[in-house]
Amino acid sequence: MEAKRLTLFAGHYGSGKTNIALNYARHLHRQGLSVTIADLDIVNPYFRTRDSEDALRAEGISLICSPFANSNLDAPAMPKEIYALVSERAEYGVLDIGGDDRGALALGRYVPDILAENNYEMLFVINRARPLTRTVAGTLEVMEEIVEACALPFTAVVNNTNLGPDTTAEDVLSGMDYARAVAEAAGLPLKMTCADERLCGELEGRIDPLFPLAIQKLYYMLEND
Amino acid sequence: MQEKVLMKGNEAIAEAAILAGCRHYFGYPITPQTEVAAYLAKKMPKIGGTFLQAESEIAAINMVYGVASTGKLAMTSSSSPGIALKCEGISYLAGADLPALIVNVQRGGPGLGGIQPSQSDYFLATRGPGHGDFHVLVFAPASVQEMADLTGRAFDLAMKYRMPAMLLADGTMGQMMEPVTLPEPRDPQAAPDWAAVGTECKRSHHVINSLCLDPVQLERANFERFERYARIEENEPMWEEFMMEDAEICVVSTGITARVSRNAIVEARRQGVKVGMIRPITLWPFPKKPLLAAAGKVKSFLCVELNMGQMREDVELAVRCQKPVELCYRVGGMIPSPDEVLDKIKKMNEEGG
Repeated sequence: MEAKRLTLFAGHYGSGKTNIALNYARHLHRQGLSVTIADLDIVNPYFRTRDSEDALRAEGISLICSPFANSNLDAPAMPKEIYALVSERAEYGVLDIGGDDRGALALGRYVPDILAENNYEMLFVINRARPLTRTVAGTLEVMEEIVEACALPFTAVVNNTNLGPDTTAEDVLSGMDYARAVAEAAGLPLKMTCADERLCGELEGRIDPLFPLAIQKLYYMLEND
Repeated sequence: MQEKVLMKGNEAIAEAAILAGCRHYFGYPITPQTEVAAYLAKKMPKIGGTFLQAESEIAAINMVYGVASTGKLAMTSSSSPGIALKCEGISYLAGADLPALIVNVQRGGPGLGGIQPSQSDYFLATRGPGHGDFHVLVFAPASVQEMADLTGRAFDLAMKYRMPAMLLADGTMGQMMEPVTLPEPRDPQAAPDWAAVGTECKRSHHVINSLCLDPVQLERANFERFERYARIEENEPMWEEFMMEDAEICVVSTGITARVSRNAIVEARRQGVKVGMIRPITLWPFPKKPLLAAAGKVKSFLCVELNMGQMREDVELAVRCQKPVELCYRVGGMIPSPDEVLDKIKKMNEEGG
């Protein structure tokens, strides 16, 4: 996969954008590229890229996110560094866009620069296990709302069908027909299907291309007895 | 059975309310419960229901009163500061013997506080949120599945006992995502025999009112209400026991702290410490019986809470102070780590339980 300079992940909230963005940034970094990950989520103040800040810094990946993320202040604002990332064209950028059209609205101010440079991928993350994106029609509705809000058309679809930590290989496989149908109806290529890395042995050769995800463990997840 | 879906706790409440037959939601946005309103704003108009963003929390709870008077399932949702505003209306609902669901996805307080998770509205919810002698049913979910299941249960019991019910979740429960099997859909119920839906000149009026100027009547109404509460305390407490068979230390916790505690208990058991948990699912009625029974077996109790120890008072009362009740807590949006809880359990164990 030849990377564009900017890779943007947008979609319905809860589709898995943040996790994929983190993994994709690491994927680019492993290829020797200089990468910054930018969290543009002005909607959800819980469970953010910032939770991984220390780990990312140790790996050599820069992180830009709202100075208020994970603070107790409900005043989301865009950090100025995002302008620099978009307009200076100095390094690779992975942009994690907030959920739905409301999250995508914040992207709009950067779109003229992104279009002018024309070296980007705008990826639509989908998860069939989410209640409002279970059907092709429902998924396209979310897609159209996002494009209308940010005025940046999608270039490809990323399938991230999963049920959280209990996802099985069968769950991932059962989302493939849906993912192909969404891509076809949207007139876009299906760029890749994501899956928890523990499932990738089972899925190897059955899904192509497959993008393994190292899943961030969150404090509310239960241990087995 | 419905296929599993991946949902946020807030979405699960919203969808479960629709599936239970609720078609009337009135609210006002506040973090961390906004997804309840956002989800219903999208779905209610598509199924012929009413979603209304009121001009304030106070307006919203009074709209709930209006719909509840007609015997229909009505709900509102908010977070701690917004719930405080609703308390006058909740007291009026209780005084008029009206069923309704009030969802409280708690954040840190007092005052405007913060937006991160909290359980500091325990007193507010369990002592009757408003003026006068009354209770509301209080449910404390600890998973997205329970967010869905208890929403239906809260509506059922609110209707059965003609009283408001509160789903008392913490911010984490609202925001976290888990797979959930949604309940089967139910059609909106027919109006019960007390509803004010028009006499058609065929019967006397059904008066829905919390004002009663005759002290004899008002006393009788209070007595009747508390006879109902006694039946609820006898029949409706819900709780879950975890690894209690041979436990010497009994953790008592709800919501996110019950999940953190569960992980700590699993690790403590690996290290040979005999510890279990009683997780109250209803906070009013409080599950006094299993706690009193446990008091005869364990050496001590440990409350793990996101407040300064509000539930501890109920545990001490339930066990009649027979055994010490220790406390492990964080507040302000902070959450204890499993290690913090584990350290406290081990320390209690070393000190002889």
